[in-house]
Amino acid sequence: MTPADGSRGGVPTLEITGAVKRYANGHLAVKGVDLHADEGEFVVFVGPSGCGKSTLLRMIAGLESVTEGEVRLKGRVVNDVEPADRDIAMVFQNYALYPHMSVYDNLAYGLRNRKIPKPEIDRRVREAAEMLQIGEYLARKPGALSGGQRQRVAMGRCIVRDPAIFLFDEPLSNLDAKLRTQMRLEIRRLQRRLGVAAVYVTHDQVEAMTLADRIVVLNGGRVEQIGAPVEVYNAPASTFVASFIGAPAMNLFPAEAEGGAIRVDGGSAPAPARARGAVTAGLRPEKARLVPAGGGLPFTVETVEELGATRLVHGHVGAASFVVSLEAGVSPPGETCAVTADPADVHLFDRGSGARL
Amino acid sequence: MPDASFDAAADAPSPAAKGAARRAPALRLRWSSVFNHGVLIFGVFLMMGPVVIAFTSSTFDPIAIHRDGLKLGWGGEFLSTYDTVLFEKSGFTKEVNGLLMLFNSMVMGLGFAIGKVVVSILAAYAIVYFRFRGATVCFWVIFSTLLLPLEVRILPSYEVVQSLGLLNTYTGLIVPLIASATGTFFFRQFFKSVPEELLEAARIDGANWWRFLVDILVPLSRTMIAAIFIIMFVVGWNQYLWPTLMTTEEGYFTIVRGIKQIMQVWIGANIPAYNEALALAVLAMLPPVLIVVIFQRMFIKGLVETEK
Amino acid sequence: MKKVQFSGIAPPLLLIAPQMAIVVIFFLWPAAEAVRTSFFIQDPFFGRAVFVGFDNYVNAVTRSDYLRSAAFTGVFVTAICAISLGFGLLFAVCADEVLRGEGPYKTLLMWVYAIAPPVAGLIGVMLFDQHIGPLVDFFAFFGWELQTGVDYWDTAFAMTVVAAWKQIPYNFIFFLSGLQGIPRSLREAAAIDCRSPARRFWTVVFPLLAPTSFFLLVINITYAFFETFGVIDVMLKGEPGNNPVSLVYKVYLDGFRGQDLGGSSAQSVILMVGVMLLTVVQFRFIERRVHYA
Repeated sequence: MTPADGSRGGVPTLEITGAVKRYANGHLAVKGVDLHADEGEFVVFVGPSGCGKSTLLRMIAGLESVTEGEVRLKGRVVNDVEPADRDIAMVFQNYALYPHMSVYDNLAYGLRNRKIPKPEIDRRVREAAEMLQIGEYLARKPGALSGGQRQRVAMGRCIVRDPAIFLFDEPLSNLDAKLRTQMRLEIRRLQRRLGVAAVYVTHDQVEAMTLADRIVVLNGGRVEQIGAPVEVYNAPASTFVASFIGAPAMNLFPAEAEGGAIRVDGGSAPAPARARGAVTAGLRPEKARLVPAGGGLPFTVETVEELGATRLVHGHVGAASFVVSLEAGVSPPGETCAVTADPADVHLFDRGSGARL
Repeated sequence: MPDASFDAAADAPSPAAKGAARRAPALRLRWSSVFNHGVLIFGVFLMMGPVVIAFTSSTFDPIAIHRDGLKLGWGGEFLSTYDTVLFEKSGFTKEVNGLLMLFNSMVMGLGFAIGKVVVSILAAYAIVYFRFRGATVCFWVIFSTLLLPLEVRILPSYEVVQSLGLLNTYTGLIVPLIASATGTFFFRQFFKSVPEELLEAARIDGANWWRFLVDILVPLSRTMIAAIFIIMFVVGWNQYLWPTLMTTEEGYFTIVRGIKQIMQVWIGANIPAYNEALALAVLAMLPPVLIVVIFQRMFIKGLVETEK
Repeated sequence: MKKVQFSGIAPPLLLIAPQMAIVVIFFLWPAAEAVRTSFFIQDPFFGRAVFVGFDNYVNAVTRSDYLRSAAFTGVFVTAICAISLGFGLLFAVCADEVLRGEGPYKTLLMWVYAIAPPVAGLIGVMLFDQHIGPLVDFFAFFGWELQTGVDYWDTAFAMTVVAAWKQIPYNFIFFLSGLQGIPRSLREAAAIDCRSPARRFWTVVFPLLAPTSFFLLVINITYAFFETFGVIDVMLKGEPGNNPVSLVYKVYLDGFRGQDLGGSSAQSVILMVGVMLLTVVQFRFIERRVHYA
């Protein structure tokens, strides 16, 4: 973790130091995580299932206990504070709306438990409902709402609490692709407008890229990389991050680095001069260029997928499968050709640890 | 049903989808359909016949029945028979009539159903939503009751109730029957199927264990509670062995228990009061049957989903 | 159990206390008492209990009336299961097939469930009565002179018919819901693979009903053993004489009429073991059922 990233002075809204989660059965779900979220910042936890991202979120919410380390919200250690007293709000994967209560009561329930005066509750509920355009559904039960509307109610329940931080646990995974895109934009717009910090958990790297101010890539209970989306995309810290962020995924293949070039099967392509010896090389499909045979790493075309805006050419470089993305209408120079790229676009990773070189 | 709006509920086959499954070639459909209706009409006759004949016979006077056997049709003695059975004091002590027995049955059915629902919800809530020392022991003790029906331990149960001085009381009639853990088992299953996120959301909303039970879990279980209530009312109303042992004072007889008394009177009578016996049987079956028919959908749902 | 639970010791104990109290007082205590009593005989003159080990068990199971009752119970239970499961399945299959009128049929076929066994017994007594019973006339037409209450097997027949009749609706409800739970796509696939509807039923639908059938079998056995008490008691008019009695009824007879506490308790304990075995089988099956689903 780099101390310089994004701290704007003052107390961060969320600060996690050395967080460890060990379950009663001995399973280590989170193995020592440090991170923070500043005021108004949108942080996304991304990683494959089982990477500990949801556990970490639930530790922030207080739904899971913290085995070791500290969770601070606005400077206050909240390890032993009840979820209701943490000044957080959460959107669950299945929304967790109370099915027997009207939308209004769903929004108001938490406020009533906090003994907030009735007129104030009413004001907040109506305000949130208007903001989310669910005003006309306030009397309905969640069962009578569409997926998108339920999603809005779940967000409304967060907004009325006026919390220090929003927590989202894969909130869009129950929606169809079109609605997901739309709601993604809405969440981002709303969070910007309210200026409240947010932590968002997803396994979808597109959501991570589009929503985040900062991405936290998790793997096996550890942080692989923290950084702005472009940073993570352009300079992945490990082969794991490289393969996880970006679609189609970065091509990773074993190669010999020779200081300024990489060599596979007798062909070679320019590369950064940082390393020598056996490495794992990485090249994004959209940065790879196809040239006539002999002009780079040998490549044989196997299939071509037409996507309209682009076409994907599948083949092999050495033993590793390799994809090249071409613009529409551009054809590979031949059945047998070669792959090359600008040296700045070639990533080099340690073949053993997978760390960036 | 909007209140059962868990995602799981959406997987149930919709009635509309069912019809399409049964498309078959038109000609075969006709013959198989005749067969199906034939069998079902036979079934209706088989199930309804005895009850219908019991009711129609109860409207005749006993001499006519004795002479001709059980009768279909309208005997014209309906009012007088049911009036006698409901209002005339009978029995050895001349203290009990049908109305009192119906009242006792109602107390029994309602008491049993309410007691069972309340006790089961509380116990199931503790088992599912709390982690505490001794939980496992409690669980096994409670569920061991599923192993042994009352019928195999009647004698010692009777002695226990007797030694507690509960013979001929409503408490003694109802409470020992609640011992069986069926209700607890049903609610435990149901609570386990309630999405965990609801509890988490409620905790973030600041609900403590009591508020969660009252504000979320009980309203959420409404349908389930109603279904179990109906089933338990029928079960309670229909109890026979236990009331037979427990109640020796006629003032505490339930109407189902009263059937036995009718049979006693019968023995030795020259021309037994068939009509009154049948009228009593009709009265005894009427409330549970009405409830089952009126709340049929809920009843079937409760039965099928809880017995799993 | 839930991942997230409440903590604290007082609330759960408070919640579980009523159930535990009732179970301990009205279940554990009597059950233990039954086991204890089964090892003693009551001295009729001094009212003392004398420890006799397993004598009560040996006496119980070697007495001819016990064996006779056991044999009858076996036949009784088997017949009830066969009749009520058979009719329940038949009606359910037909109700599932008909396009129109399923609702009314369903209502008309299920409501007998709500009738108490002794009430069914009373109607049975009337229907099988020597003087007034139409069923006696019906069987006489086929040359069978039914003598219910007098002839051992005639009485057994009448009791079986009534007890089985009362249980048909229950089986009908479960079979129908089982049938309706079979996915539509599966039936359509079967319709493409197999032309004969009967063959389709036995090779595809019936195996899918197996979990339901097995569950119902256990329930019906339990019913035939225990809940038929009311039917038997009413149909024997409380005077068993030489008529057939089930094992459960015999526990009651020996305990309450015969005042043979030790013998009755021993019989109770034997039944308890039987029910436990049945329940264990049922629980194992429920685990498998999850696998099916």
